[in-house]
Amino acid sequence: MFTDILTIIYKEWKEMFFARSTARSGLLGVAVIVALLGIFMPFQNGRDWLTTPLLILIWSWLPVFLTLGMVTDSIAGERERHTLETLLASRLPEQAILFGKIGAAVFYAWGIMLVSLLLGAVTVNLAFPGSPAFYDPLVFAAVLVFSLLASVLIASIGVLVSLHSKTARQAYQKMSVVFLVVWFIPMLVAQFLPEEIKAGLSARLMTLDLNAVLTLGMLILLAADTVLVLVCLKRFQRPNLILL
Amino acid sequence: MNYAIQTHQLTRDFGSLRAVDRLTLEVPAGQIFGLLGPNGAGKTTTIRLLLGLLPPTSGQVRVLGMDPLQQGEAVRSRCGALLEHSGLYERLSAEDNLDLYARIWRMDAASRKKRIRELLEGLGLWERRKETVAEWSRGMKQKLAIARVLLHRPPLIFLDEPTAGLDVPTAAALREDLLRMTAQEGTTIFLTTHNLSEAEKLCAQVAVIRDGQLLAVGSPVELRTRAGQPRLQVFGRGLNERALTVLQSQPGVGGVKFLNDHLEIALKEPAETAALVKLLVEQGAEIEEVRKSTASLEEAFLSLLEENHVH
Ligand SMILES: Nc1ncnc2c1ncn2[C@@H]1O[C@H](COP(=O)(O)OP(=O)(O)O)[C@@H](O)[C@H]1O
Ligand SMILES: [Mg+2]
Repeated sequence: MFTDILTIIYKEWKEMFFARSTARSGLLGVAVIVALLGIFMPFQNGRDWLTTPLLILIWSWLPVFLTLGMVTDSIAGERERHTLETLLASRLPEQAILFGKIGAAVFYAWGIMLVSLLLGAVTVNLAFPGSPAFYDPLVFAAVLVFSLLASVLIASIGVLVSLHSKTARQAYQKMSVVFLVVWFIPMLVAQFLPEEIKAGLSARLMTLDLNAVLTLGMLILLAADTVLVLVCLKRFQRPNLILL
Repeated sequence: MNYAIQTHQLTRDFGSLRAVDRLTLEVPAGQIFGLLGPNGAGKTTTIRLLLGLLPPTSGQVRVLGMDPLQQGEAVRSRCGALLEHSGLYERLSAEDNLDLYARIWRMDAASRKKRIRELLEGLGLWERRKETVAEWSRGMKQKLAIARVLLHRPPLIFLDEPTAGLDVPTAAALREDLLRMTAQEGTTIFLTTHNLSEAEKLCAQVAVIRDGQLLAVGSPVELRTRAGQPRLQVFGRGLNERALTVLQSQPGVGGVKFLNDHLEIALKEPAETAALVKLLVEQGAEIEEVRKSTASLEEAFLSLLEENHVH
């Protein structure tokens, strides 16, 4: 089972990175992202890069965005390119295919983020000499865990959406709609909340213990991941993948 | 008899449409078995049922003595499949496509390398192994897909219209490759096609289906003799209406008609050709050529479809 998962990850990455004539991503695309977030931005921001609150924002959307593209391409896209059924006609258990595809997308996104984060720290230290600096360990750890959990969330939603999409593009569009809703509805709601409620909320927020908030957030994400992965396991069956 | 595939009253519905209708088949091991039928007959659906990719609505399936739904992994590890689409990863090279499947079949690095080389060389593709599959012609892709099917030496192979969309010489070459590469292995091949001459060239046994129903099973020769009467084609001048009437009244003659440039006589039994020719000559015909033939499989097939349509 584990070997089979690795085989799928190997295949997804090979297709993603090393295939010539891949319009979408490939190594070049990855290099651009890493250079931007690992060298250019830290260089622009100086030593602040390691402490800016902006950090969390950047690192929260990056893996989400990368996972999304990859997971829809690897399921809906594979159906669209007519390679999925042949894969399903092989001995591979469905779970191995599922975990392989989720794993390929999640670790791809997470890996790029990790490399950019570390490279950013190196850049800052080299470009702006002084006492060695690194991210706040708690923030760093939180970013790593959160982005991993968020990627799994997106990947499993991506799997479920792909199961109902004829093409990768269709799946990607559906996912984008999901995101708009998840991201913007809370913002819109916040906009129209009466002032006194807002003030009350932010006062409450100020008094909250950061560690407690992070832990709670993690537990919620973890629960959501577990539920979604279980739903994926139930739905990711040969007949569902072949018929639409 | 050792059967690679047995189905009993196998049925699959899609909503109100019955794609496979109470199909009962027995495919002996080691044979090339053809499932022959027009588009939409249910061939692809049958293969999906046999591979456990879809559950049947009712009926039973045994493949290599196992149930493809309950023992899916065991069945599929011993099968190779070239489905409707070649299933090749177009963004990968030919070699990487095979390497991926060799990993899926859990072959170790050394045997992967050896087997891939052996297959690609056998098909004349070794020199081009590094090329991205997207650049290849359909014929080359089908060849590569055949190599992928044979990788792990499966005892049972499914081929869903393997030569569809290929020109005649390419299709013939592919068939030759296929026969050559499976000759010594004793592989059972379950092949679907809507191409009759293909079935005739390759298959020891053919099952004809339409609308998911089995119309006939047998060797191509059996099907032909069952469905087609022997015929006489007479070419020449002076083959007139009078000659036609006289012929029609002969006991061994089933029917007579003019076709373009010749007279076509359907015989009820292998009647005496000489007597009929003599009759024609007596009626004043000048005969240049007489051909005797049995129906082609194509006619047998069409007549099976016709027969069934009437009912
Ligand atoms: N997934 C599906 N959903 C609905 N109808 C289907 C599906 N697959 C096949 N069919 C129908 O079942 C019949 C048999 O199809 P198929 O097995 O593909 O035939 P063949 O391979 O002989 O051309 C056709 O009428 C086809 O339209
Ligand atoms: Mg078909």
